[in-house]
Amino acid sequence: MAIKQFVVGSFSDEEQLLPAVKKVRAQGYKLYDVFTPFPVHGLDAAMGLRQTALHTAGFIYGALGTATALLGMSWIFVVSWPLDIGGKPHFPLPAFVPITFELTVLFSAVGTTLTFCWLNQIMPGVKKHIFHPRQSDDRFVMAIELTPKTNAEEVKQFLLNNGAEEVTVQTAEEGWWYGLYSKREAYDDINPQWSVQ
Amino acid sequence: MEERFVIPRRFRNTSLIFIAIGVISFLAGLFGLHGDIGEKRFWSVLVFNSLFFLYMSAAAIFVYSAASLAQASWHIAYKRVIEAIMVNVPVFAVIAFVVMMSVFIGNKYFIYPWLDPHVLEHDPIVAGKTPFLNVRLFVIFTVIILTVWSLLALKLRQISLQEDRAERGARRFLWKTIFFAAIFIAFYAASISVSSWHWLMSIAARWKSTMYGWYIFAGSFISIMTVIALFVIAIKNSGQLQLVNKEHLHDLGKFIFAFSIFWTYIWFAQYFLFWYGNIPLESMYFKPQLWGHYRFWFLLDLVINFAVPFLLLMTRDAKRNYTTVTVIALIVFFGHWLDFYLMVVPTVLPTQGVVLGWYEIGITLGFVGLMIWVVSRALSRAPLYPLNHPYLKEAIIHKSDWG
Repeated sequence: MAIKQFVVGSFSDEEQLLPAVKKVRAQGYKLYDVFTPFPVHGLDAAMGLRQTALHTAGFIYGALGTATALLGMSWIFVVSWPLDIGGKPHFPLPAFVPITFELTVLFSAVGTTLTFCWLNQIMPGVKKHIFHPRQSDDRFVMAIELTPKTNAEEVKQFLLNNGAEEVTVQTAEEGWWYGLYSKREAYDDINPQWSVQ
Repeated sequence: MEERFVIPRRFRNTSLIFIAIGVISFLAGLFGLHGDIGEKRFWSVLVFNSLFFLYMSAAAIFVYSAASLAQASWHIAYKRVIEAIMVNVPVFAVIAFVVMMSVFIGNKYFIYPWLDPHVLEHDPIVAGKTPFLNVRLFVIFTVIILTVWSLLALKLRQISLQEDRAERGARRFLWKTIFFAAIFIAFYAASISVSSWHWLMSIAARWKSTMYGWYIFAGSFISIMTVIALFVIAIKNSGQLQLVNKEHLHDLGKFIFAFSIFWTYIWFAQYFLFWYGNIPLESMYFKPQLWGHYRFWFLLDLVINFAVPFLLLMTRDAKRNYTTVTVIALIVFFGHWLDFYLMVVPTVLPTQGVVLGWYEIGITLGFVGLMIWVVSRALSRAPLYPLNHPYLKEAIIHKSDWG
């Protein structure tokens, strides 16, 4: 993943954060992400997030589960090893319904959860850059990505004017990775205030 | 805001035409349907229609009570529509009571075979049920259940109307509603099971099902959700109730979607055990439906009550689209009407009989017309929004999701 520069502002209240997020987008800065301790109503719309396709993925996983269960059971009981169970037909559809239901739910639940983790880049043991040590505790943290067109000082001043209490410029690797903290230490010297002692 | 409901001409005309069709069909059936099959058709259609519309209106009290108990705000903007449907309960209670009492007085043993002394003498299974299935207990339970439902429906509506006239910000009506809603929920939980055993399950007197009360509840709950959605959309189309928007429609769509799955779960749980056990006494009930005369309607019932709402209402956009919700609500409403049809008619007429002939459609239109008429009258008697309700603002700015 690429190493980029970010201007990170931390807010103490969502009532200051929400208008600031709207202003950042209106100003044309590149909003990287916002971290809040709890879901803030209206933040999705303010950040301009699109409707996710997670539901479609969930439906496809569910349909896959239905197909797996029905095809698997009918192959086993009709083609591979027909058994006479209580005089029932070899293709007893009602008897297949509970298992089909279970596999549909299982496939769609597991698949949707993994897709959700992948979309949000979260997974046990995964390393990510932390912009502010209190970003999921009591601080509302907004990270703005610096592009060749934006000036760090200008963005810093802009955030301070809009209610940020702390503004830092950080060089960080975006995305997620498995591995040791050594990768992080590579830029700890650039951001000494967050380095792990 | 201080809006009064003006009955649209279309509502008045439709309801009067439908009621006329219903009355004509009833009279034509009374004088035209003769012989064994004709008489059975006449009575079974009357019984299942009056009970379907009664259970559906009672489910409106349940929706209202459950939402009041949860102190919900999603339904407040169109609360008056739910209240107006609740007012139907006394009307349909009287009709259902008259129909069932006529069955008793006319000795129509084909509807309730446990009335027949000949059956009681020769059938130990039916005779063994006489401690519960007897005329005295039936009448006592029916009178109690219908009275309590009707009185609580009127009481809840009365509290809501008193709130409109009270001073601004009065909170005592909120607690009063919760009190009576709690009484109704507790009573409804028991009465829906007991009444369904007496009124519907005893038509197949030899048969029994432990899922029956749930099954009736699930069916009537979806029916009332479709009816609320249809009334809200129809009133909105007439230029009134404009504060109700897609966010509220989304909620109703979610309910129709979710409870269709619930109904299917209950339906299957009931069917599955009988299918697996395959005991003649139990599977007799499903034989005329699955393998006989009613096979097409039996399978159609499953398709339009499960597959249609499940697949077509799944996406967010479908639930927020007025046309989609209207079409699916109509289909699902018809589906649950058909479900009640299949509860009664195949048992009374297992091997022959006209399915969905002029008489069935005519009587149903009569009930629909009566419902539209009562609802429009009840709506026009009070402000269209509950003006003093503490949650009204919350309900108007309600968002179904924050996506």
